[in-house]
Amino acid sequence: MNETSIDTVVCRLDQIRKESGVTALVAGEAVAVFRTYDDEVFALSNFDPFGKASVLSRGIVGTKTVLVDGVEEQVPFVASPLLKQPFDLRTGICLDDTEVSVPTYDVRVIDGVVAVGARRETLSP
Amino acid sequence: MAPHLRKQLVVVGHGMVGHRFVQAAIERGLTETYDIIVLGEEPRPAYDRVALTSFFEVGAEALSYLPEGVYDDPRVSLHLESEVTAMDADAQTVTLADGTAFTYDELVLATGAAPFVPPVPGKDLGNVFVYRTIEDLEAIREASKGAKAGAVIGGGLLGLEAANALHQLGVKTHVVEMAPRLMAVQIDEAGGATLKRHVEDLGLTIHTGVMTELIDGDADGNVSGITFKDEEKIPLDIVIFSAGIRPRDAIAREAGLDLAERGGVLVDERCRSSDAHVWAIGECAAPGGRMYGLVAPGYSMAEVVVDQLLGGEGTFLGADMSTKLKLLGVDVASFGDAFATTEDALELVFADAVAGVYKKLVVAETATGGHELLGGILVGDASAYGSLRPMVGSGLELPANPEELILPAGRGGGIDLGLPDTAQICSCNNVTKGDIVAAVSDEATLNDGGPCSDAGCVTKCTKAGSTCGSCKTVVKKIVEDHFAATGKVVDKSLCEHFAMTRQELFDVVAVHGYNRFDDIIEGHGRGRGCDICKPAVASVLASLLNHHVLEGANATLQDTNDAYLANLQKNGTYSVVPRIPGGEITPDKLIVIGQVAKEFGLYTKITGGQRIDLFGARLEDLPAIWKVLVDAGMESGHAYGKSLRTVKSCVGSTWCRYGVQDSVALAIELELRYRGLRSPHKLKGGVSGCARECAEARGKDFGVIATEKGWNLYVGGNGGAIPAHAQLLAGDLDTATLIQYLDRFLMYYIRTADRLQRTAPWMDAIGGLERVREVVVDDALGLGVELEDAMSKHVDSYFDEWKATIEDPEKLARFVSFVNAPGTPDPNITFREERGQIQADLTDGPVSLGSTIPVGAP
Ligand code: SRM
Ligand SMILES: Cc1cc2nc3c(=O)[nH]c(=O)nc-3n(C[C@H](O)[C@H](O)[C@H](O)COP(=O)(O)OP(=O)(O)OC[C@H]3O[C@@H](n4cnc5c(N)ncnc54)[C@H](O)[C@@H]3O)c2cc1C
Ligand code: SF4
Ligand code: FES
Repeated sequence: MNETSIDTVVCRLDQIRKESGVTALVAGEAVAVFRTYDDEVFALSNFDPFGKASVLSRGIVGTKTVLVDGVEEQVPFVASPLLKQPFDLRTGICLDDTEVSVPTYDVRVIDGVVAVGARRETLSP
Repeated sequence: MAPHLRKQLVVVGHGMVGHRFVQAAIERGLTETYDIIVLGEEPRPAYDRVALTSFFEVGAEALSYLPEGVYDDPRVSLHLESEVTAMDADAQTVTLADGTAFTYDELVLATGAAPFVPPVPGKDLGNVFVYRTIEDLEAIREASKGAKAGAVIGGGLLGLEAANALHQLGVKTHVVEMAPRLMAVQIDEAGGATLKRHVEDLGLTIHTGVMTELIDGDADGNVSGITFKDEEKIPLDIVIFSAGIRPRDAIAREAGLDLAERGGVLVDERCRSSDAHVWAIGECAAPGGRMYGLVAPGYSMAEVVVDQLLGGEGTFLGADMSTKLKLLGVDVASFGDAFATTEDALELVFADAVAGVYKKLVVAETATGGHELLGGILVGDASAYGSLRPMVGSGLELPANPEELILPAGRGGGIDLGLPDTAQICSCNNVTKGDIVAAVSDEATLNDGGPCSDAGCVTKCTKAGSTCGSCKTVVKKIVEDHFAATGKVVDKSLCEHFAMTRQELFDVVAVHGYNRFDDIIEGHGRGRGCDICKPAVASVLASLLNHHVLEGANATLQDTNDAYLANLQKNGTYSVVPRIPGGEITPDKLIVIGQVAKEFGLYTKITGGQRIDLFGARLEDLPAIWKVLVDAGMESGHAYGKSLRTVKSCVGSTWCRYGVQDSVALAIELELRYRGLRSPHKLKGGVSGCARECAEARGKDFGVIATEKGWNLYVGGNGGAIPAHAQLLAGDLDTATLIQYLDRFLMYYIRTADRLQRTAPWMDAIGGLERVREVVVDDALGLGVELEDAMSKHVDSYFDEWKATIEDPEKLARFVSFVNAPGTPDPNITFREERGQIQADLTDGPVSLGSTIPVGAP
């Protein structure tokens, strides 16, 4: 497993359209970097565990309403372009099958530049 | 003979009623004790004779009740082309012409009826037909090819059907009726006059009150004309007799069974003949001395006999003789006591000579001073039939002003009635309102143990609406009313973000002139959209604006394949399909395709759509691949879009010895006209050069088949998951009219269909072929010009989206493997080899390039 903690600068924020993703090569691995409508940025492994192909960055990005402890929450998600399984952009967890998830990465925007950090060991938030 | 413990039941005749008998016998368990042998004279299993005329449109397969020719239950055996020529009631055997004999414990006669041909001199000439079987229709179609004029002798229900068919075959048609009016059995004089005017307006010639004296023949022994009693002569090439039917009771007669006075095997209310082991059902039977020339009573008789053989008490006590039909676009219905023969019956008549509408209700005063409905006649507009007929005999009190029931909607008509649960809604299959409501109620178990969720399912589960179809609208209404009453909201929302259907969304976008998803979801939706509504909006915008689908923010709305103008494969690569209009391609272009495949290492396959698919292209190679193709004069084939795919062609008259028109030229013209047209689902077309149909045009959303006189246009076909045959929309069109109808048809579909709804289910949803014909051919909505304009706007603004992509650096930016390492191939993509070409491979988890590969800065 990759253990580098040095951020990889991947592109400028304006190279990612709102509600879409790009694929970046981070420490030899394919990482999908998404930008949401309100300019939040998320990074997930690009590998779709259902379709077993490196494609997630090409999926449609939107929101899904999910009930969390009886309260409706708007979850930003990407639908796999292969078979459309939705993944929570924040946690990488599949919204249809919470047993399945994709790894997430630290990601920051500094001065309009997107940098991806280490793969997260635990699921957040 | 070996003793057999199981009993043997023989059914003679595999027509509509014989088939229903076997179905009921299997369903109700009669085959637990009986082996059933069915002997049918026709060369094919039972089919829908009621819909016989649609044979020309849909073909024999679609009419068949048993296309495979075998029942699921192995204890039933069906023998076709097996005419029973004799029966012996004492020995309990029946015999075929070749001497084969079958013994029976019980015998069911379901031999139906034969058309009556009066003894007119010349009746045996060539090209004299009857109208009863598929073979009859095949022969009529063949004869119509060289024919100019034809006559149908008989102006009853079946005669008009036959006349309709002849007219559709492009033959000038006469109808000759002895009685002073058409459909004398079902409708009265005023109704007959209204009907006659309608039919004449369509170009048919009606002769009522005339007797055919003789049929003239020519030197070859074919029909050349007819002569009436008053010596008037008409030159003709075809004659069809439809002068009534006679029960086929010959074998019963010879076996000495009792017959009814006017023919038919005399049976009691149990449908049992004068021999205790012989039963008769359907048109060959005469319960209580009366024969019934409709299918519904036959079905009831079939159920009665099954019940009796199971030891039940079922009896047949007469039947509803109501009829409704649509002939040449004219509605005619007659139900209940249409001629007011009941004592003290009153008649209410509404007639509008200008509109060609005649409606009559027969009512009687009830004990409480109100009125009840006894029957009626409707000509020109039978929309009320579905709700009126079930009221007869229901005991339902009519509203205070019963005339409102037949007044046009704008004049007080069209009010809603609460029918009782016992009211029979489907007379063909004896289904009551209660049965329909039961099928959709929560406790229902018909539909795999659960309730039906829509009218289509109710038709499948209860059979209501599956025969003549005239009750379908009422079935749908009852289902909708039930859902409304029980507070069940039939959710038509696109997804959680838009509480509307695709059609409503289309209207919203068109009316407001939106061109951005953001405005649409802010104004009419909630949240930020998903993989369902975004592609739907993308499709609507593309249909309305015909812009580049990767233009600006719209790129993020596109579904998987549209998003990169190529089809995504399982291993993350893409396929490339250049357009090959009509399947015609020059050797030079073929060579270029081969070269591209070689250069980029692509798997090559001929598609089912007459073109060539190149698989395994890496995302970053797509622009370079397309550059070569575009430079060689090729363009996107839109294999990735919900849009026009291909217009398949056969070789047609340019090479084929049978071809009557240049099908390739038309296919190319249509494919180029509609290329790039985004639609609710994929669209496919086909053009065949003659009726042999090598292009399988009737398996397409729109199919064209060449005729001697022009083109026949079929719509609503598809292969795929739920195959459907396209239906004839209009015949013998010239090319300009064909294109006009197609423009209207396609645009109307694009505007009103649901998301991912192909043309066939869309047509079902909006009211079937008739409705499409009203809108497209008759322009009943007055939308014709608007739809044509929308299409010509599309045609004029067409551009090749791949050419536009490779010329635009901004769009090209998407086509990279990694945003920060555009030249590095994705290591996750792997191939294996098979039959000398690459195949997609999958890996178990992400593949790493290792952290040593240097990557470029942004
Ligand atoms: C390539 C081809 C198979 C082949 O090797 O022959 C093919 C391949 C695909 N078909 Fe097909 N279909 C192909 C001819 C057909 C045909 C035959 C025909 O067109 O005559 C049919 C049945 C006829 C019909 O559509 O009425 C057909 C019925 C489908 C369906 C079912 C549609 C339906 O109404 O049920 C789908 C699924 C869908 O569209 O939702 C589908 C979807 C697909 C997709 C696009 C699935 C996808 O989204 O990845 C496949 C992608 C191919 C690719 O990656 O390039 N394909 N597909 C054929 C391409 C024809 C072309 O030149 O464009
Ligand atoms: C064009 C047309 C339109 C119609 N429209 C309507 C309508 O709108 N509504 C309606 O209710 N009815 C309609 N009918 C009538 C309806 O088709 C009949 O009532 C129905 O088919 C009767 O069913 P059946 O099984 O008794 O007879 P059939 O369907 O005729 O079946 C009898 C079968 O027995 C076979 N047979 C006969 N003798 C023998 C033998 N000796 N040995 C073996 N096999 C034998 C015949 O070949 C035939 O296949 C229409 C009929 C036609 C022709
Ligand atoms: S459909 Fe007719 S014209 Fe076309 S190839 Fe077949 S036989 Fe020839
Ligand atoms: S009344 Fe004929 S199908 Fe229902």
